[in-house]
Amino acid sequence: MLAAIGVPSVEALFDRQIPEAVRLRRPLELPAGMGEQEVFAHLRALAARNVSAEDELSFLGAGMYDHYVPALIDMLMERSEFLTPYTPYQPEISQGGLQVMFEYQTAISELTALPVANASVYEGPSAVAAAGYLAKLHNGGRRFVISAGMHPHSIETLRTHAHGYGMEVVEVPLLDGVTDSDAWTRAIDGDTSAAIFAQPNFYGAVEDAAALSEAAKSAGNPVVIAQVDPITLGILAPPGECGVDVAVGEGQPLGNRLDFGGPSFGFFAAREEYLRRMPGRIAGETKDVDGRRGFVLTLQTREQHIRREKATSNICTAQALNALAGVVYLTWLGRRGIVELGELLLARTHYAREMLSALAGVEPLHSQPVIRELALRIDADVAAVKRRCAAAGVNPGVDLQALTGREEDRGGLLVAITEQRSRADIDRLTEVLGAAIAAEREMVAV
Amino acid sequence: MTPVTDLELPLQRERATTIFEKGAPGRRAFLCPELDVPKVDAEALLPKRFRRAQPPRLPEVSEPEIVRHYVGLSKRNFDLDSGFYPLGSCTMKHNPRLHERVAALPGHARLHPLQDPERAQGALELMWNLQAALAEISGLPHVSLQPSAGSHGELAGVLLTRAYHEARGEQRHKVLTPDTAHGTNPATVTMAGLEVVKLATNPDGGVDLDDLRAKADADVACLMLTNPNTLGLFDQNIQEIAAIVHEVGATLYYDGANLNAVMGLSRPGDMGFDIVHFNLHKSFTQPHGGGGPGSGPIAVSDRIAPYLPRPLVVRRDDGAYDLDYERERSIGRLRGFQGNYGCFVRAYAYIRSLGADGLKDASETAVLNANYLLARLKEKSVAEYLPLAYGELCLHEFVLSGGPMKRELQIKTLDLAKRLLDFGFHPPTVYFPLLVEEALMVEPTETETKETLDAFADAIAEILKEAAADPEIAQNAPYTTPVRRLDEVAAAKHPVIRQAL
Repeated sequence: MLAAIGVPSVEALFDRQIPEAVRLRRPLELPAGMGEQEVFAHLRALAARNVSAEDELSFLGAGMYDHYVPALIDMLMERSEFLTPYTPYQPEISQGGLQVMFEYQTAISELTALPVANASVYEGPSAVAAAGYLAKLHNGGRRFVISAGMHPHSIETLRTHAHGYGMEVVEVPLLDGVTDSDAWTRAIDGDTSAAIFAQPNFYGAVEDAAALSEAAKSAGNPVVIAQVDPITLGILAPPGECGVDVAVGEGQPLGNRLDFGGPSFGFFAAREEYLRRMPGRIAGETKDVDGRRGFVLTLQTREQHIRREKATSNICTAQALNALAGVVYLTWLGRRGIVELGELLLARTHYAREMLSALAGVEPLHSQPVIRELALRIDADVAAVKRRCAAAGVNPGVDLQALTGREEDRGGLLVAITEQRSRADIDRLTEVLGAAIAAEREMVAV
Repeated sequence: MTPVTDLELPLQRERATTIFEKGAPGRRAFLCPELDVPKVDAEALLPKRFRRAQPPRLPEVSEPEIVRHYVGLSKRNFDLDSGFYPLGSCTMKHNPRLHERVAALPGHARLHPLQDPERAQGALELMWNLQAALAEISGLPHVSLQPSAGSHGELAGVLLTRAYHEARGEQRHKVLTPDTAHGTNPATVTMAGLEVVKLATNPDGGVDLDDLRAKADADVACLMLTNPNTLGLFDQNIQEIAAIVHEVGATLYYDGANLNAVMGLSRPGDMGFDIVHFNLHKSFTQPHGGGGPGSGPIAVSDRIAPYLPRPLVVRRDDGAYDLDYERERSIGRLRGFQGNYGCFVRAYAYIRSLGADGLKDASETAVLNANYLLARLKEKSVAEYLPLAYGELCLHEFVLSGGPMKRELQIKTLDLAKRLLDFGFHPPTVYFPLLVEEALMVEPTETETKETLDAFADAIAEILKEAAADPEIAQNAPYTTPVRRLDEVAAAKHPVIRQAL
C-alpha cells in the first residue's frame, strides 16, 4: 500500500502534512487497550454500581419513565440494516429507513392530531427550544410566555437557546397545580412570539389546554406550543383538537430505554402552515422512474446542508433509531391498546394518589386530574425520607425542590406510575413511605 | 450495453405498503395488564371535556405482522454491515457488537437519569473517565458531555463564545467560517443570533490568510474551523490562523467531525483551539442508526470553562462522583438530563478497547487507507476524469472533482453515485464541499481491508469505462435497487408526508 502511495512509511504521511510544531510527540495518557472479555467485565462492574429500575421498586419519572419495552423492539433495533446505516442520502438503497420515517411521521401526526410531523429531533426539552425557534422565525415577536408548569429542564433549555437570539422569556405562575389563566392572559400581548405550556404539566396535572390556547389567541397572536406526554394521548384530548399550533415532546415513554437520560427522541408536529419552517429531516412519498411508490427526504431547502446560514435549524443527525423504536411501540400498542394503557395508568395513578394522600404528613400538591404522575407535599425532609425508603428497596420518586430549585416546592415529591407498577407495588410504596415519614417526623420531634 | 429495465427484480416487484395499510379491525399485539385497582367513575378520574373523543388511528396488527413488516423494510436498506460505506465526513467505521451488549446491561439501560448520584456511581465514574479521555485526546482540559450531536455541540460552542465575550463586556456579532465548512457551522451561527462571514480558500485548500487578516477585527467573536478540513487537508498555517484570531480577541472553534484523522497524532488544544466538539458516533463508532442517535460532547480551554453547560460530572474530595449544578456563569442547559449516556457507554467501551496505541493506530490506518484508495484512483484511467481537487496527499478523506467526467463522458457525479449502487457500494458524499465542481468526497475509514478498497477503485474505473462506451447506462442507473431514481422535485412540490387514512 505504501508503495502505491509512494511514501516510505505511514509516519511520512503525517510528517508531510502536519506541521511539526503541532504534532503530538508522546503517547496519549490513556490506559492500554483491552480485549473484548476484559472490556465487558469492566463495563459490567460499572453497571453493577448503579441502582437501576431492575434493582429497586422505582417511582422515578419527571420526564423519563420505566415503561415496558417489548422484546420485538430490541430485535428490530439490533438489525444491522437499521442499526448501521446513516441518514438516507441515497434513497434508492434506503427505502426501509425512509418508509419507517414516513410511518413514524404518520403515527405522531395521528397521536397529536396535527397534520405534519418531522422525522425526530434530539429529545424533549430541546424540542421545546426548537419549537420556540420556529415561532421566532414565523412571527419575529420578542417574547416567549411560558407556563411554570413546564419541565424545569425545558424551561432552562429554552432560556439557553433564547438568550442567543435575544428573546425575552416570561414565566407565568401556577394556581392549584395548573397555569394561572388570568396571569397567562395578562402576560401575552401582540409582541409575544410563542405561548408555551405542558400537558400534563410537570406536576402531573392535566391543564385545560383548549382554554389556554384560546386565551393566548385572544390576547395576542402567538404560536401556541404544547409539550405533550405521548403516552397519555390515547385518552387525553390531543393538542391538534385544543387549538395548539405546535406539539413537541419527549419520546422516551414510547419503547425507549431509560439509558440514564438518553438517547431517546423528541417529536415535533405542527399545523400545515408551519411545514416549511420545521427543523430536521422529513420523509415524503413520491414515485420512481418506473412508477413505483417510494420515499425520499423532502423539503430539504429548509436544511443546513442546502441552505447553510439561512436554514431553519442546524440539526443534522437526529434520533432515527429511537424514532423507529417509537413507531414500532405505537404499532405494538395499536389503536385500542393505547387507550387501554391510558385508562390503566389513569386508574392506578388515581389510586396511588388516594392511598398516599391518606398517609399522615402527606397531602396532594394539587387537586387536578392526574394520569401517570402525581405530586405530593410531605411534612418532612424529602431527601431524608428518600434515604429511609431506599433502605427498604423503594425509590418513592423525585425530590421536587431538588429539581426545580423553587421554594414553593419544598417538601414536594413527584411519583410516577407506569404499567410496570402494580397495585401491590403501590401498596408497598404506601407502606414504606408512610413508615419513613413517620420515622423522620418522630426523629425531628425528639 | 444498457441493462434491461423491463425485468423486475423480486425486491422491485414488492410494492411499498405502510403498516397503516395492513392489519384488520380487532387485531392486536399488546395485552394490557389487568385493572387491579378499584374501578372509579370515568368522569371523576378525567372529565369528559379533557378526554379524547376518537382514539388515534394507529395500526391494528398482530406481532407476526409487525415483525414481518419491519424485517421486510430492513431488507430495503443498505447498511455498513453489508458493504463499503465511504461517506465523506461521516466516518462509517465498523460498529463492534460488544458495545451494544454492554449498553444493554440493565445497570446502564434501566438506570433512571434522576437516580440519586450516590446510587449511580458507576455511570458517573464512566462519564468522568470518558471526559478525561476526551480531554486528553483533544488537548483541552474541561469537558461537557451534554450536547446530543455534532450540531448541538456546535451550538454549545457558539453560545459559550458569546458568553465569554459578554462576560468581558463585549458584543461581538460576527463568526468567520471557511467556504469549505460543514453546513451545520453557518446554520449554528444564525441560531445563536450571530452573523456569518465567509472566508475564502487558498490554492492549497487551506484558509486564505489575506482574507482572514482582512476580516479579522474587533467585531469577530469566533472562527469555526475543521482541521483537517472537508477536503481532507490539514491547514499548514494553523498556528498563524490561531495567532490572527487570538490577536483580535476572538475564539477558535474546532469542528471535530474529522477528528478520526489525528487521534494521538495532533491535538486541537495544541493547535490553539479554544473549543472543540466531538462526534462520538463518528470518531468513537456509535452506530449511526439511519440518522441518529449521535452525541456531541465539547472540550474547552480554561478561559471558556466557567461557561460550560450544567450539570457537570465532578469528583468530590472523598472520591465520590457527583453532578455539579452550582455553576453561576454557565450558559445553562442544552437539553434534558445528562446527555446521551447510552452513547457514552459505547464510546467509552471503544476507548478502553483500543487504548492510547489503538486510537493512534486507528487514525494512522484511516489515513493510510484514504491515501491508498486515492493512489488507486490517481491511476490514469480514472484521474483524467476524476482528478483530486486539492493537494497531493490527504488525511482521512479526499475530494475528487467530477468536472472533467461530466464534460468528457457526459455523466455527472450523481450518475456515478447511482451506478455505484448497482456495484454494491454506498456512494461517497456528493456535491460537497460546494467549492469543488461535481465533488465526490471519499472517506474509507480504518476498518476496511485493502481488498475492499481495490474493489471500489476497480468499480469506479469500470463505470468510467462503461460511460465512455455508453453514458446512458450511468445516466439511468441504478437498476438493481428496490426502487430506481425517485422524483424528488415532485415530492417537494406537493409534499405527502404522512399516510392518508
